Amino acid sequence: MKQKYLPLTATILIFLLSYALCVAQYPNMLSTRVIGNLLTDNAFLGIAAVGMTFVILSGGIDLSVGAVIAFTGVFLAVVLEQTSIHPLAAFALVLAITTLFGALMGAIIHHLEMPAFIVTLAGMFLARGMAFVLSIDSIPIKHPFYATLKSFYFKLPGGGRITLIGGLMLLVFAVGILIAHRTRFGTNVYALGGGTATAKLMGVPVASTTVRIYALSGLLAGLSGIVFSLYTSAGYSLAAVGVELDAITAVVIGGTLLTGGSGFVAGTLVGIFIQGLIQTYITFDGTLSSWWTKILIGLLLFAFILLQKGIIRLSRPERQHA
Amino acid sequence: MTSTVRTYLGRLLPQLIALAIIIAAISIIFPGFLNLQIQNGRLYGSLIDILNRGAPVVLLAIGMTVVIATKGIDLSVGAVMAICGAVSASLITSGHSLAETLLVTLAVGVLCGVWNGILVAVLDIQPIIATLVLMVAGRGIAQLITEGAILTFNDPGLIFIGSGSFLGLPMPVVIWLVFGILVALVVRQTALGMLVEAVGVNREASTLSGVFTPVLLIAAYVLSGLCAAIAGVIAAADIKGADANNAGLWLELDAILAVVVGGTSLLGGRFSIAASVLGAIIIQAINTGILLSGFPPEFNLIIKAAIIVFILVLQSPRFRAVFTFVSMPRAAGRPTEREAK
Repeated sequence: MKQKYLPLTATILIFLLSYALCVAQYPNMLSTRVIGNLLTDNAFLGIAAVGMTFVILSGGIDLSVGAVIAFTGVFLAVVLEQTSIHPLAAFALVLAITTLFGALMGAIIHHLEMPAFIVTLAGMFLARGMAFVLSIDSIPIKHPFYATLKSFYFKLPGGGRITLIGGLMLLVFAVGILIAHRTRFGTNVYALGGGTATAKLMGVPVASTTVRIYALSGLLAGLSGIVFSLYTSAGYSLAAVGVELDAITAVVIGGTLLTGGSGFVAGTLVGIFIQGLIQTYITFDGTLSSWWTKILIGLLLFAFILLQKGIIRLSRPERQHA
Repeated sequence: MTSTVRTYLGRLLPQLIALAIIIAAISIIFPGFLNLQIQNGRLYGSLIDILNRGAPVVLLAIGMTVVIATKGIDLSVGAVMAICGAVSASLITSGHSLAETLLVTLAVGVLCGVWNGILVAVLDIQPIIATLVLMVAGRGIAQLITEGAILTFNDPGLIFIGSGSFLGLPMPVVIWLVFGILVALVVRQTALGMLVEAVGVNREASTLSGVFTPVLLIAAYVLSGLCAAIAGVIAAADIKGADANNAGLWLELDAILAVVVGGTSLLGGRFSIAASVLGAIIIQAINTGILLSGFPPEFNLIIKAAIIVFILVLQSPRFRAVFTFVSMPRAAGRPTEREAK
């Protein structure tokens, strides 16, 4: 029973340790401003990573996330520029589109029995292509409502602020944790990750669960796109390239097993923080170049995979090729 | 002899038909498409252009085919291309000879393959994740080598690899033709190909029946790394510089797509290198066709997505079960394995 918490504990320990090291070198990193920025800068990635956590928990993968974020941004920019509908209505519309899009991918994965990898790859091409068709330019969003939304923030002692999008990310994580551990759907997701055949025998509705998992990932990718458009105040079809990889990395660093069935939504949040911390440290240092971020994250990813392998091997020494 | 030719043709027939339809469609819209002319002892024309532009993806697809046949996948090839391009550019600009440069570059590609292979075969990590590590870190390493800049060079020997010609064909085409035939011969004239398929179908059973799986798996990823290294050199030589950010960006997805279009199942097992090469050329023909026909390039990705979905539907076990009378070559569907991700 304890073993299940081991990857999560390791992640949290590594985060606290590296944060302490950063603070020892640059005491200013403890300020609430840095923490507030950490939340705001990684809000869109975090929201997308919650959806990715569910997908990976179920044993699948969703490569379309980054493209859906870009599509959402371009869609909002084009709609707000060319029509006079209220941004909230546009938000609802785009969320409906991305949710349907995700559900469609889930249905194809289940009913055509195709690997999630290649289906969501096609989804990635399609979403990015739709964004291109809508516009190939970077379109600024100047709607006054955006300015209103951006002016909301919660002031922390010490001058830091939790912006609307930073707060939204925390809220999404909270809801994600509730869904994963307190609903039937969440239990079904874990069961599916343990193996499709066993899940079916246990009475898990495999078809509807698969569709809902990818619909949820689509919904959260859409929400992440809205947050991204608030963050950048623009829609650009080449934006958010590779976000799916960052999200997958955050999930793995967060201690979720890529084979599915084991992991925590909360771990993903820590995974996001660790990635954000590396970036913040490199900004603080000033002499390190940006490419060290990628190399460090790659190494971290490797370390966590090894850790997970070690844990699995310890818990199941008799089955190595599971 | 004739029977082997016939089985080969039967295997490649769907891809050949698809390619013929695409080329016919383009030449209807764009009449000059099929024209070939010889200038300065070199063939010119849109068809040659397709073969030339498609060179990196063709090369990647050759390695990717073998990796996918082992039920694996190699996401790192794009990043390895960037690393190898950067290595070759930095070596040639620091005064090393062409032979040294190429040797070291290919060795780096092999090294990347060994790393991936060890992760998959020895540490037993899922291929998609194992190669993700190098995909994430690789581009950083490439930038580290070029120090963030685009490293340009003007060594005529290295540039010749990208834009020279041999026997009337552009150098990249010659390279992938020779390399592809070489790999196909090595794999098919020995038992290697069959062993690779055995590992892809059931790794445990092959290990139990005496196949030395770890070495075979590592070799597959080494081949993929080597292919990526050659593709990286070609891509760098083509633009006379190493661009760590954009060299080979998302080409791993194109290569996987080429293999899928070529009819090799992502679930491992039977594979055909020639079919994957055809798949890569089909993708390039679509790209060129969209550009030539004056269709906005924005539609490129959507058309690609539509084609993947179409092929996926054709390959799906459920579809085959319903339409068994559509007797496609190698329609013998294996039992579905949804665990394979």
